[in-house]
Amino acid sequence: MQLLNLKDTVSFMSLRVPALIFSVILMLLSVLSLATNSLNWGLDFTGGTLVEVGYEQQADLSDIRARLQNSGFPDAVVQNFGSSSEVLIRLAPRENVKASELSNQVMQALELTTSNIRRVEFVGPSVGEELAEQGGLAMLVALLCILVYVAMRFEWRFALGSVVALAHDVLLTLGLFSFLQLEFDLTVLAAVLAVIGYSLNDTIVVSDRIRENFRKVRKSEPEEIINISLTQTLNRTVITSLTTIFVLLALFFVGGALIHGFATALLFGVVIGTYSSIYVASLVALMLGISKEDLIPAEVEKEGEELESTPFS
Amino acid sequence: MNNPRTAILNHTPVWKATLVFLVVAFFTLYASPNLYGEDPAVQISAERTAPVDTNLLDQVQSILAERNIATKSVALEDQKILVRLADNDTQLQAQEALDIALSDDYIAAINLAPATPEWLKSLGASPMKLGLDLRGGVYFLMEVDMDTALNTKLEDTVSDFRTALREENIRYRRVVKEGNVVEIQFRDEATKDEAKFFLRNSRGDWQYSDQDDLTLVAQMSEQTLAETKDYAIKQNITIMRNRVNQLGVAEPVIQRQGPDRIVVQLPGIQDTARAKQILNATATIELRMVDQDNDLNSAISGRVPAGSQLIEDENGTPVLLKKRVMLTGNHIVDANSGVDEYGRPQVSISLDSEGGSKMTRGTRDNVGKPMATVFIEYEPTRERTAEGKLKFEKKERVISVATIQAVLGSSFRITGLDTPGEARNLALLLRAGALIAPIQIVEERTVGPSLGQQNISQGTDAIVLGFVIVLAFMLIYYKGFGVVANVALAANLILIIGVMSLIPGATLTLPGMAGIVLTVGMAVDANVLIFERIREELRDGRSPQQSIHHGYDSAFSTILDANITTLIAALILFAVGTGPIKGFSVTLMVGIVTSMFTAIILTRAIVNSIWGGKRLSKLSI
Repeated sequence: MQLLNLKDTVSFMSLRVPALIFSVILMLLSVLSLATNSLNWGLDFTGGTLVEVGYEQQADLSDIRARLQNSGFPDAVVQNFGSSSEVLIRLAPRENVKASELSNQVMQALELTTSNIRRVEFVGPSVGEELAEQGGLAMLVALLCILVYVAMRFEWRFALGSVVALAHDVLLTLGLFSFLQLEFDLTVLAAVLAVIGYSLNDTIVVSDRIRENFRKVRKSEPEEIINISLTQTLNRTVITSLTTIFVLLALFFVGGALIHGFATALLFGVVIGTYSSIYVASLVALMLGISKEDLIPAEVEKEGEELESTPFS
Repeated sequence: MNNPRTAILNHTPVWKATLVFLVVAFFTLYASPNLYGEDPAVQISAERTAPVDTNLLDQVQSILAERNIATKSVALEDQKILVRLADNDTQLQAQEALDIALSDDYIAAINLAPATPEWLKSLGASPMKLGLDLRGGVYFLMEVDMDTALNTKLEDTVSDFRTALREENIRYRRVVKEGNVVEIQFRDEATKDEAKFFLRNSRGDWQYSDQDDLTLVAQMSEQTLAETKDYAIKQNITIMRNRVNQLGVAEPVIQRQGPDRIVVQLPGIQDTARAKQILNATATIELRMVDQDNDLNSAISGRVPAGSQLIEDENGTPVLLKKRVMLTGNHIVDANSGVDEYGRPQVSISLDSEGGSKMTRGTRDNVGKPMATVFIEYEPTRERTAEGKLKFEKKERVISVATIQAVLGSSFRITGLDTPGEARNLALLLRAGALIAPIQIVEERTVGPSLGQQNISQGTDAIVLGFVIVLAFMLIYYKGFGVVANVALAANLILIIGVMSLIPGATLTLPGMAGIVLTVGMAVDANVLIFERIREELRDGRSPQQSIHHGYDSAFSTILDANITTLIAALILFAVGTGPIKGFSVTLMVGIVTSMFTAIILTRAIVNSIWGGKRLSKLSI
């Protein structure tokens, strides 16, 4: 069986101008949305208290709201979570009350016992700030390390191309979360970093093939080489994306409400990552003027050969 | 086709194939304990030196039998008694019954005991550790208030400087705390220089500099600053340990995190409100004189004199103490264990100036008499007040009795201790009584047992479903080679679980399960790369054997590059992430390494043994 039976080379790069416009527009929209809507930061980053309560039968949300109102929590956000018998209560950080005691007060107000409590999360404001800082730092460090590795293994144009592709994927994923106002918490951050890993995987495979073809195929324009390489790897790109999307769908539908944000970010990221490895990474390398000469210095050849003569025969 | 090289191509030596098989078998063995699950259990251990023996075992069995609590097994292993129960309800009943019936010397803690069979246990195999989000439990991040700790230190120093300068007859205008430094003003420069000389020699842990002609500024040295902070953290950790022991948690984690934080993890705990109250409770120390005027025995038999009180010591022996408190623990600035000039263990104690003068007054007439140190804790009871708050019971315990050798001042020492260990404990408890820095919860994550269970089942469902879909897809798409890839995928899943079970610190969390799902989806990538390469080679007209050979060879460096870069991302995630996120990055990293093994080495061995060395006209790919 063959998913895509491609006899001829697909001229991907002929669509580079529309692709460029498409990416730039999406990126601008993402920036715009992030600037105006910001992200719907989760508790992990804003600080505050969250209590998830499970009832025997369907929960009466308006009764819960009224009780909380009477107990001095007028700002409590009450909503169903996962099913109609489960309720999520969010409280903003407040002054003068020992924040770690808030969840106990909620329990008293709603006359709950410990067995009703499914989950309590409390994050102090300083911790939230730190987590956000660390998260941003992690993303930058990851991009930088990858830039260095790819530059060492390939060539700086590829490195820059793959990092631009990664930044593109991260930006669009953040843009989506901002546009849809989906909650952005620590697990989503982990998913975004996983998107970086995945998208990179794709980009490396494509770049590797481009490098190989630059050495192997004689007398061709860079654009042609890139087209050939993209066509050759297209089947693999699509199949791997498909299997990954399959498992992510499984995660999205049966993995439970806690993992929804994670699955959403990755699903979107994988689709975008697949697109960016075809268009963004190669396009940037092409625009930076990648050529045969750049990829055939004696040193790189040697290193490549060393790795390619595998011990696993 | 008659090329003799085709016969050598795609042949895996027997030793290599055996090795690959053995690796898979090894990890399968160590992954297998996860199939047996865990029993809800109650674990009974001794708090101090109380014996855990067959007598206790009999006692436990009779307590449970009396209350008609059915058990799976009751066994004595490594100084602990483990009671296995059928479900969570009986577990709680048993814990409560044992907690009430057994004496205070024992801790009855709820626990999950792996139901791993004996033969596997003897090989050191055990199931994966589950994170709090799967197992249920409480995670607290507590922050020690360093500002207060430093402030206290500065204030103590101000009064210490005042006393010392006065004793030396060095006249000062004023000594004040100014921000992070202590400022001392003098009337003339000569006195200032004299004071500087004196303080440098007697209090070398401070740095002195001249602000102007009449003002001396004392600043804490970097080392003193670090020591003060370190001390505040260690003290709080000691207190937390003591308190957590009362909670009945089998495997608590109490760790320092960063410069001023403490992580407390209490797996499996049910009553989280109670946990919070206990951790926030306070402990103090009192120094009191032993009552020698009245008879101990008559007091034990019930005639306790009006001004005295009977308090038990560590071993349960009662001591008759005067009710009047000579000194309370909040005056203790520091307490350290060490040895005296004869090499005997001792504890040296420093008090603040107020405590020093109280001590002088209190000991003036009592030289040669015994003084007792009483440790006071507020332990929660099972009762609650009308508002639902826990009732706390004051518990007093004599932790040392020592004879006063001379009139004591702001620093003195307790000698006559039996062992260095005893001295260390006493120093810790003395410090615990004088909390120099308050502590507060800055992060809390509580997962109830029902949600934990639900997370496990949903996570498992997602892994199984994702796994089945990928298996089906690979089978349809690559036929014969698809079967090989599927074997590799299954082996990969087993390897991940095996490795996770073997690494002592690895914990499975819900994001970790998501990581496994993701790995299942991405692990086939290496095989897809190889197989697509083989198809390409076939299309280019190479023989099947050569295609297999070239397919594997040329895909290798690509796979390596792709995996290393993903590994970089996972490593960074591990370095900066906390808790569940770390769990995700661990499974991701483990998955990357194991999938390289299964997708390249394992499939190559299988492919070679099926297709290698044969004359083939086409491949099932």
